[in-house]
Amino acid sequence: MDDQTPLNFDENVARALSDSQLRKNLAFAMGNFRQKRKAIFPDPIELEALRDAGNEIRRRALARLPELLERFEKNCVENGMHVHWAETTNEANQTVLEIMRTHDATRMVKGKSMVSEEMHLNRFLAEHGIEALETDLGEFILQLSGETPSHIIVPAIHKNKAEIADIFHQKIPDTPYTEKVEELNGIARRVLRKKFHEADVGLSGVNFAVAETGTLCLVENEGNGRMCTTVPPVHIAVMGLEKVIEKLSDLPVLLRLLTGSATGSLITTYVNMISSPRKTGEKDGPREVHVVILDNGRSKIYADPTFRQTLQCIRCGTCLNHCPVYTRIGGHAYGFVYPGPIGKILNPQVQGMKKAGVLATASSLCLACEEVCPVRIPIADLLRRLRERMHQGTGHAAPDFNPSGSIAERLAWKLWALLNRHSGLLHSAEKVMGSVGFISPRVGILRKWSICRTTPTISPRRLHELVEQQGVDDE
Amino acid sequence: MNWWNSRGLMMNNTTSRNRILSRLNAAPRPLTEFATIKNMTSFREFTREEKIERLKNLMEAMRTEVYVTDSGRWVEILTQLVRKKGLKNLLYSPRTDVGAILEKHWKGLETLGEKPPELIHLEGSVEDFKQQLFHVEAAITTSKGAVADAGAIILWPTEHEPRLMSLVPPVHFAVLDANTIYSNLSEAMENENWRVDMPTNALLISGPSKTADIELILAFGVHGPKELIVIIVD
Repeated sequence: MDDQTPLNFDENVARALSDSQLRKNLAFAMGNFRQKRKAIFPDPIELEALRDAGNEIRRRALARLPELLERFEKNCVENGMHVHWAETTNEANQTVLEIMRTHDATRMVKGKSMVSEEMHLNRFLAEHGIEALETDLGEFILQLSGETPSHIIVPAIHKNKAEIADIFHQKIPDTPYTEKVEELNGIARRVLRKKFHEADVGLSGVNFAVAETGTLCLVENEGNGRMCTTVPPVHIAVMGLEKVIEKLSDLPVLLRLLTGSATGSLITTYVNMISSPRKTGEKDGPREVHVVILDNGRSKIYADPTFRQTLQCIRCGTCLNHCPVYTRIGGHAYGFVYPGPIGKILNPQVQGMKKAGVLATASSLCLACEEVCPVRIPIADLLRRLRERMHQGTGHAAPDFNPSGSIAERLAWKLWALLNRHSGLLHSAEKVMGSVGFISPRVGILRKWSICRTTPTISPRRLHELVEQQGVDDE
Repeated sequence: MNWWNSRGLMMNNTTSRNRILSRLNAAPRPLTEFATIKNMTSFREFTREEKIERLKNLMEAMRTEVYVTDSGRWVEILTQLVRKKGLKNLLYSPRTDVGAILEKHWKGLETLGEKPPELIHLEGSVEDFKQQLFHVEAAITTSKGAVADAGAIILWPTEHEPRLMSLVPPVHFAVLDANTIYSNLSEAMENENWRVDMPTNALLISGPSKTADIELILAFGVHGPKELIVIIVD
């Protein structure tokens, strides 16, 4: 994915839209998530106050980001943890590999981590002879089937149980075909327990990194995250540099917002706060804890105070669940690790406009994502600004971006401007449109739009005429 | 930080660190005053009775078994439960109050000719007992406290009650003193001054391990305990 080939979004969308099973799975799952979120935040006033607080906490953390990162590092080191910095995903991968090699480690168990997906860590380690095993049930399923996550929170949401039953039956030796979810869970438990027991290194992500205390906070339901961070002798945590928060007292608000927005729960089964490796006298826990802080374009996003708001994200995934586009095409169509509305603003900034700029167009700006974002990221506004960059060719966003049809688009706007400067011309144009307008959506550039939609009926008479004749209600 | 000097990578690491930080420091900073979070939103506070009831209801909704008892009887409830569940062994710590009461009660049962589950405790470190641990059926731990508004118990594992006790055995019993139930997490953190005294590992646990990764169908007992039983001593 290091090349600059533009994402073929149109093709991805067409493929996703024609997959009726995928659309059924998504419609059900996203509807379910939306209802559960609504139920867990019953009081709109309380919710808005919480979101204000969440926004304040994240903006405060970003305003003091370099100091907080240094403070976090200092406290982690004082607590006995190791801190590493990586400018690129390649450097982060190398760092993980070096740690593994120092310990002659060949087996890694992994908790769910989007940053490790961003690093394509599994592929990298496999190339170096290291087995990196996903242990989150959804991720485990996808690793068996050789796929990538399609959702930030429920990675295998595009799969139904028949498909999963098939994967388990095919890929895990001596496994009978079963569609019973309890049994499928049981199979995963049996296989992975052994792996937890044997692993040399456990790897996890980080939900919040508390600068004040040097604490890694992780949330999860399955217990695999606790296994990965407790059983193996070495724990490596990978995090984006924006994950840091200032104080421990910032946690309760963010935890409530994260779990409520993500899955409609008051709290996860486990909130796991790790502040040091095993201390003298303690019987378990890793002897070494390493934290890898990844930049990968984040400091560039940080340079612009408006776009910086992208970094407020706490990766709850609720913008995906509420997005009419995501709900219909699913995560894979977006072509990058982070799908949905957050992906539409994050990927073009990280991957460059040429490669990922088209994602900024994948929105009707309906604002559903903004209405639910727990930390109030102005996603629609950032999308509009990205589109501006795309057309003006200014700033560090790739100036050579040229989405197909842009010449026609520019012509259309010129024509519109011309007509609106000359009332006579406008008048005649409207007359022409009134009589032949019904054809226009079926030919030329509008065909692409109307081919899959109900064609609007164009009135043979102009709005001006209708108003003159009928008047306006309440006038 | 200088643990891999021998490989000469320390330098690269420092360079990356400094480059990242200098990029961040070069970015414009808004001159904003930030509001105190406490003034913006407040979590609810409950009376003692409300706290017990709310904790019980919320944890039961997450399929935790919750029992409320006066102090003398918790070990009797435990005895009934281990019998009902047909447990063969129970991991405990002999160094805690809970452990002392348990040992005494178990001795009493044995003198009456009963055969309660075998009591197991861990010797040495995880490297010595890992094998054994993965075959234990149940464990009992103390609970440091609880959070009523979210419905979770607080565990700070210690050298006597290590982290894996509440994770690896399929059944986890936790004994909770009702006086240590807080209304919300903020109150717990503040009253106990967590910020100056964070342990190696602090946990909030709201139920048995669960997942909804397959078609959003909720299933319990994935990687952690399949059953969580909280006995609240009122």
